[in-house]
Amino acid sequence: MTDHTILRVVSKLLLPYVLLFALYVQFHGDYGPGGGFQAGVIFAAGFVLYGLIFGLTAVRRVAPARMVELVIATGVLVYAGTGVVAMLMGGNFLDYDALNPAHPSTGQHYGILVVELGVGMTVAAVMIAIYSTFAGRGRA
Amino acid sequence: MRGLFAAVMLMGIFSFLGASWMLLLDAPDVAFTEASVGAGISTILALATLALTTRKAKVPVRRPALPLLIVAVTGAALVYGTLDMPHFGDPEAPASNYPHPSYVERTEHDIHVPNVVTAVLASYRGYDTLGETVVIFTAGIAVLALLRGSRKRQPTGGGGEDAG
Repeated sequence: MTDHTILRVVSKLLLPYVLLFALYVQFHGDYGPGGGFQAGVIFAAGFVLYGLIFGLTAVRRVAPARMVELVIATGVLVYAGTGVVAMLMGGNFLDYDALNPAHPSTGQHYGILVVELGVGMTVAAVMIAIYSTFAGRGRA
Repeated sequence: MRGLFAAVMLMGIFSFLGASWMLLLDAPDVAFTEASVGAGISTILALATLALTTRKAKVPVRRPALPLLIVAVTGAALVYGTLDMPHFGDPEAPASNYPHPSYVERTEHDIHVPNVVTAVLASYRGYDTLGETVVIFTAGIAVLALLRGSRKRQPTGGGGEDAG
């Protein structure tokens, strides 16, 4: 689709806003609708759009397969790691109150934010990985 | 209908209608998920599959009488099941009572997060969400293993073995 000028220009204009919206959904999830799952998918949708218009090689240049696989695992580790940190600070596994014993609700805020980040990382990376494996199969 | 392209499009439309319906029921978080996953990514993946395979369904060799019967019976059973469900918006319904209303009342004090859905998902039910994340992780790894395993590994320069 390299010769579709309108598609190229419009998608380039849209892309930053797609990614920005994903970040908004990610980090504003405790106040508005949304959270890690939705944000991850929207973030990945930006990459899919990029891949549809500019080709898979361009996506692989931005997000190399190796890095995407790393992010898949890192997201789960971030989530589980938050639980372990809470344990080290004297609470139960995934008990965010322990993250800030003086102000438990602040600890909850931190915990939810970090945990949602982990979810978002895994979801986005899995979606990008699945898409690029699917799209890369036809031409291998 | 043998045109798979139209089938994928219908699936996307159905999913989007489902999302609108969830929004009408005041469940924006669910609507959000359905719109982005169901109508968005799933449609893209189905289209990618079509690009790899074919756009026409094969003509079935056997007559669909038995499958039709099974579908009709299952559908009738489901409809019969809905007759027993509480009325829409019934305050006595288990859905309004069982996840104890105190979650809604306590979230404000415990977590200071206005979105109760996020509070329940990430904090009160953090174990479940960790499980969900692991499910997505496993699914991603499985798809990668399946789709990549059948192809010969091509030598790529520079990709260091930096992580296990």
